[in-house]
Amino acid sequence: MTAALPRTSRPATLAQRAARHPSFVIGAVLTLLLAGAALLSLVWTPWSPYEMNLAAKLQGPSAAHWLGTDPFGRDVASLLLVGARNSILVGVIAVGIGLGLGTALGLLASARRGWVEEFIMRMADFTFAFPAILSAIMLTAVFGAGIVNSIIAIGIFNIPTFARVTRASANAIGARDFILAARACGKGPWRITLEHVLPNILPVLIVQATIQFAVAILAEAALSYLGLGTQPPQPSWGRMLSEAQTLLFQTPMLAVYPGVAIALAVLGLNLLGDGLRDLLDPRLTRKR
Amino acid sequence: MPLFFVKRLLTLIATLLGASAVIFMVLEILPGNAAQMLMGPDADPQAVQALARQLGLDQAPLQRYGAWLGGLLTGQLGDSYVYSTPVLELVLERLALTVPLALMAMALTTVLALLVGVYAASRHNRAGDVGLMAVTQVGIAIPNFWFAILLILLFSVHLRWFAAGGFPGWSDESEGVAGALKALLLPAVSLAVVQAAILARITRSAVLDVMREDFVRTARAKGLSQRATLWQHVLRNALIPVVTVMGLQFANLLAGTIVVENVFYLPGLGRLIFQSIANRDLIVVRNCVMLLAAMVVVVNFVVDVLYAVIDPRVKASDI
Repeated sequence: MTAALPRTSRPATLAQRAARHPSFVIGAVLTLLLAGAALLSLVWTPWSPYEMNLAAKLQGPSAAHWLGTDPFGRDVASLLLVGARNSILVGVIAVGIGLGLGTALGLLASARRGWVEEFIMRMADFTFAFPAILSAIMLTAVFGAGIVNSIIAIGIFNIPTFARVTRASANAIGARDFILAARACGKGPWRITLEHVLPNILPVLIVQATIQFAVAILAEAALSYLGLGTQPPQPSWGRMLSEAQTLLFQTPMLAVYPGVAIALAVLGLNLLGDGLRDLLDPRLTRKR
Repeated sequence: MPLFFVKRLLTLIATLLGASAVIFMVLEILPGNAAQMLMGPDADPQAVQALARQLGLDQAPLQRYGAWLGGLLTGQLGDSYVYSTPVLELVLERLALTVPLALMAMALTTVLALLVGVYAASRHNRAGDVGLMAVTQVGIAIPNFWFAILLILLFSVHLRWFAAGGFPGWSDESEGVAGALKALLLPAVSLAVVQAAILARITRSAVLDVMREDFVRTARAKGLSQRATLWQHVLRNALIPVVTVMGLQFANLLAGTIVVENVFYLPGLGRLIFQSIANRDLIVVRNCVMLLAAMVVVVNFVVDVLYAVIDPRVKASDI
């Protein structure tokens, strides 16, 4: 189903449409905040996130410690800032794995068709039998807990998602006249794929990458909460929540801040993805 | 229809076989000697060898894989390395918690999602719709385990209506089944709210799509009220995509159950897996992971088949 394109006498530029799109604006602001927090933590945090000071443990918010301190006397605001960096790191690598391998497989499926396509798509279906948490459980059981294993598990889970989206979009593009024209000019399937198909499906991939980034942040938080992901002393939002849970009766706010941080990051990326989908290709809006 | 069914059934069997092979390779072949893992690196080599023989690990990998597959079909899953009790017994005991929890969560998800989705669609682009959709957008962003912690904060720490965790069992003398259901309520709500946020958005757009159809206008023209049209004509037709998404959500729900069981200290399958990882009881981990993967695959198979039964336009060639 295709929605009619808006007909205006002078079409608005992408930037003008973006500025008027509420989802995109809110999403972009939240995502920039996340990225800003992560970048800031590289050069400055109010306190060292690794420095323990038991004399100052479990303090409430104050001028010195804006969000108080944790049971080890570490500054919560500093831990949150460094946690943002951790989430972004996991998101970028896990989405990178999915985007790189998944897109390649999807393009291969679309370019070769036949049994290659059938095989790749059946493998993608198969991988869906293992939600990220199951892969992470298996990897942890064998190799022990750690951030690398959780990144690999989330990355593997991303591959079939990107493969499916790429193949569906590439097949849709492949049926268009300009591809026929390119073939008539004597271009081979690989040149057509790289020069014509890939640039045309890029908007779809950017949107999907944004959404998978949010999924990766949620998955990393869950794995770290369970003790399978990021290991101490490296701060992570999921671990902060599991540490805070044992102190719910004494300092409930410790269990609130990291959750708000995760929710805002995921909300921002989801809204950004929705906004980008509307802006980059209005015809895709209703397909999801 | 039969051809479609046979094709899907063959895919199902192939997928289950493939999953079992991957699980066996990762959890049996990769770690090397499970007996060595159990006894630690400093153990006496003769003792390790004896244990390996006792656990049947001295046989060829292919033979062990075949034996495991046979065991999966007959329920002879072997004994836990640590507890020495049959794995099947351990798993069944834990499923008595995980399955009711997942079903409760799915039921809550469906009721919540249908109510919110249909209401939002009926108020399309008005305040109620926009407000509810904003709430669902936030709901999708909230990690279920954090929502679970917030529920504990409110209902256990502040209001003291519920225990902060634990499970009294189905045959508790003082409270009986009611006590067990009460212990599962907060976990089920924390799983359901996040899933319902996604499903409500799907329901809303499916209902909106159907509302544009001619037969809806006909129903209204013959004098049916908007509410009657919505519930009798629109919802029935909108359910097809909703059911499909529910099937896909099942995997998320199971994954969520593993996490949420740990938040509430519930002795379900999720807790069993983590205890087994900590104990290096790989035979239990292997069978639990296989069970969870099989659940996801079988539910998706059932949804696919149901989809073809509900909607005759789905042909074998579409799959």
